[in-house]
Amino acid sequence: MISLNVNGTSRELDAEPEMPLLWALRDLLKLTGTKYACGKALCGACTVHMDGQPVRACVTPVSAAAGRKITTIEGLSADGDHPVQRAWVELDVVQCGWCQSGQVLAAAALLEANKNPSDADIDAAMDGNICRCGTYPRIRAAIKRAAEIKRGGAA
Amino acid sequence: MNSDTNAGRRHFLIGTAVIGAGLVIGVAVAKRRGTATRSGGGGKTLSPNAWLRVAPDNTVTLASGKSEMGQGISTGLTIALGEELDIDPARIVVEFAGADKIYYHPFLPQQFTGGSNSTVTTHEVLRQVGATARAMLLAAAAKKWDTTVAELRTDNGVVYYGSRKLTYGELADAAAAEVPAAKPTLKTQAQFKYIGKSQPRNDSRVKVTGRAKFGLDVDVPDMLTAMIARAPVFGATVKSFDDSEARKIPGVVAVKQVPSGVAVLAENTWAAERGRDALKVDWNLGSMASFDLAQVRADYRAKIRKPGLIARNDGDALKALQAAGARSIDVEYELPFLAHATMEPLNCVVHARADGADMWVGTQSQSQDVEKAAEILGLKPEQVKLHVQYLGGGFGRRASTVSDFTVEATHVAKDVGRPVKIIWTREDDMRGGYYRPFSISRVRAAIDKDGKPLAWYHNCVSQPVLATSAFAKMVIKPDGSDPSSSEGSANLPYAFPNIRVDSINGVNGVPILWWRSVANSFHGFVVNSAMDELAALAGKDPVEFRRGLLGSQPRHLAVLNRAAEMANWGRPLAAGHFHGVALHESFGSIIAQVAEVSVDGTEVKVHKVHCAVDCGTAVNPGQVEAQMQSGIIYGLSAALWGEISFKDGRVQQSNFDDYRVMRMSEAPAIEVSIINSGAALGGIGEPGLPPIAPAVCAAIFAATGKRIRKLPIASALA
Repeated sequence: MISLNVNGTSRELDAEPEMPLLWALRDLLKLTGTKYACGKALCGACTVHMDGQPVRACVTPVSAAAGRKITTIEGLSADGDHPVQRAWVELDVVQCGWCQSGQVLAAAALLEANKNPSDADIDAAMDGNICRCGTYPRIRAAIKRAAEIKRGGAA
Repeated sequence: MNSDTNAGRRHFLIGTAVIGAGLVIGVAVAKRRGTATRSGGGGKTLSPNAWLRVAPDNTVTLASGKSEMGQGISTGLTIALGEELDIDPARIVVEFAGADKIYYHPFLPQQFTGGSNSTVTTHEVLRQVGATARAMLLAAAAKKWDTTVAELRTDNGVVYYGSRKLTYGELADAAAAEVPAAKPTLKTQAQFKYIGKSQPRNDSRVKVTGRAKFGLDVDVPDMLTAMIARAPVFGATVKSFDDSEARKIPGVVAVKQVPSGVAVLAENTWAAERGRDALKVDWNLGSMASFDLAQVRADYRAKIRKPGLIARNDGDALKALQAAGARSIDVEYELPFLAHATMEPLNCVVHARADGADMWVGTQSQSQDVEKAAEILGLKPEQVKLHVQYLGGGFGRRASTVSDFTVEATHVAKDVGRPVKIIWTREDDMRGGYYRPFSISRVRAAIDKDGKPLAWYHNCVSQPVLATSAFAKMVIKPDGSDPSSSEGSANLPYAFPNIRVDSINGVNGVPILWWRSVANSFHGFVVNSAMDELAALAGKDPVEFRRGLLGSQPRHLAVLNRAAEMANWGRPLAAGHFHGVALHESFGSIIAQVAEVSVDGTEVKVHKVHCAVDCGTAVNPGQVEAQMQSGIIYGLSAALWGEISFKDGRVQQSNFDDYRVMRMSEAPAIEVSIINSGAALGGIGEPGLPPIAPAVCAAIFAATGKRIRKLPIASALA
């Protein structure tokens, strides 16, 4: 058995140690907000936070997550009211939506580390997250808007 | 399909009576809320698939026959319905309907989502449904208050009579007894409250909280997960396989041969993948093992020298090309096979039983998927219940002309007894075929000594896409030509006195499919690139040259002028930056783009794109902008890097490391300007794509003097 702390709750998993965290979350814990898209840490769709840092769940063995604090999109906020989520809704960012859990979590981690990211900071933090619908212009604007909300400039 | 559009419009007006009946049914469903059955009884046929339901609890539900793959249709349809029903579109709950004839396309007997036509074909239908329902609600209210409809008014889901009021929900029961008008009165444009104003997407919240359910997220009790070892080259078949190691993997439940390969069924995804890795399959490779693109290229290049199937023939282009004093170009363009590479890889869940089946899938082709599954399972289509999920991208891939991935899933799930989810890995998806066809085009065009146009002859060889579909019999012309092959070439807007456009059916064994904007994705490039070459030959500015040939095309001219204005065309740019322009009409919308580009060796940077669009009327301007951005960025990935190539018949690309797509730092700033010309509604999901590759290539020419006649750009510059 592997003990995981996911979204503030301790969970016991009967998983093989090398099973990727992605499939442990999706198949065993039924947390399907974390998405599969490449399986090789190339696209960022499976991004989750591990002790506050963004990691790719598709290449993280579940054993490596034991004892760490995992936050998935389901646990980012209680009511979808994280500044990043609010900005995403306000600016109508999403299209198909498959990459957006990862985009939101990558942006949330960026704003934890950087209260006022420049375009270059956004490029650096978000380049690992692919969006085939091309929502990049709105993601960029929404990160800036989220930073504003986070700094207290709420709508 | 442009020529069929008018016929289509006539059909859907006839069909409105049927849809009006659907509304009565919808209200009747509400009446029976909470009862044990929703079918039969009361002398009325009940259908859970009616477009609209107004419930006594005041919930207004739109059961959409169209799939949501990011294009924003589930928001767009609420605007049309809400406008005429007179209720805030944001209050309308959207659910995805299964397969039902009520949702058939107006002139093709199938339910599907594609061709950028969801708004075009259903906007007016939803308006009629909304207006019919509102009239019935008003009639019911007039009876309750013993007055006339003329004394009543509505506002946001409430009927008012002086100071008295009743919600639509309170009136739903009584309204169900009203007879729907044969032809309800629709609002005039001046009366619109919602159409034409940006309406927030209704799927944002579920998609930023992880609650949206896509096909891959489906979890039903007792479900197995399967991966399939598929043929390494197209058309190969299983000779034999050894599953002894696969069966030892913990969690593997069964191994099963299916027509497309060998499936490993397991208790979870990880076990299925490891089980598949442990399989040993021996294949009968077949003829595609020696597939060589160089041979296809040689074959196409020979074909392109000869006349093809005529798609347009004004005057005598061949003769005019020989005119004395003519200055001409004769250029060839080559575009590669492309994968759709949707973010969510293909998947499908099927639960097959003796007495029926359920299918959970994100699909663009509802009715065909159900029909094919029923055929395989020996069931009637109505015994297969389709549960449509959100699509993690479509771009055409989830509108398989042969239902490849749902057919395969049905074969896997047949006789298993438990529901089975089939998951494609990224590599499976990239190598699974159904690509944008490889094409070679040739344009010969001539101007006279003063630069005036003389002739245009455009010929293209590619595999015909519609010919592979269920619509083939309806649309393939007697001469064997596929009208979809000349979409974007036959509609040349420029005033050449002699125009000929041909298509030639290419043949090779690679499975092909519509890929965002279909043939427009190559014709937009070819036509604009050749126009840019012709402008240079004439010694004219590319915008000015086009303007001179658009005298009878006011919409094209307005769009071109708007994009040129936005970009300050002709004014100096930052050092090392260059502009290129392109103009293309597809799916009823006209779009011009100006790309600002710099080139450093083989590195091309697209800094900014100015995009002007005339889609008739922008129903939801915010989403028109989003789809322009989307088409541009998707098109840039393809233009710069996109290519599926082969070695010994094996696809050489596998994942996002070798099939490069655009990332945040590479995405240009994009400015969109909408022209509401009032022309017939055009599509928006695809038309933003065709102009971007030629606009960038024109800018590369301006920067370097090098013509890009073969995509992708990165290979051409290497």
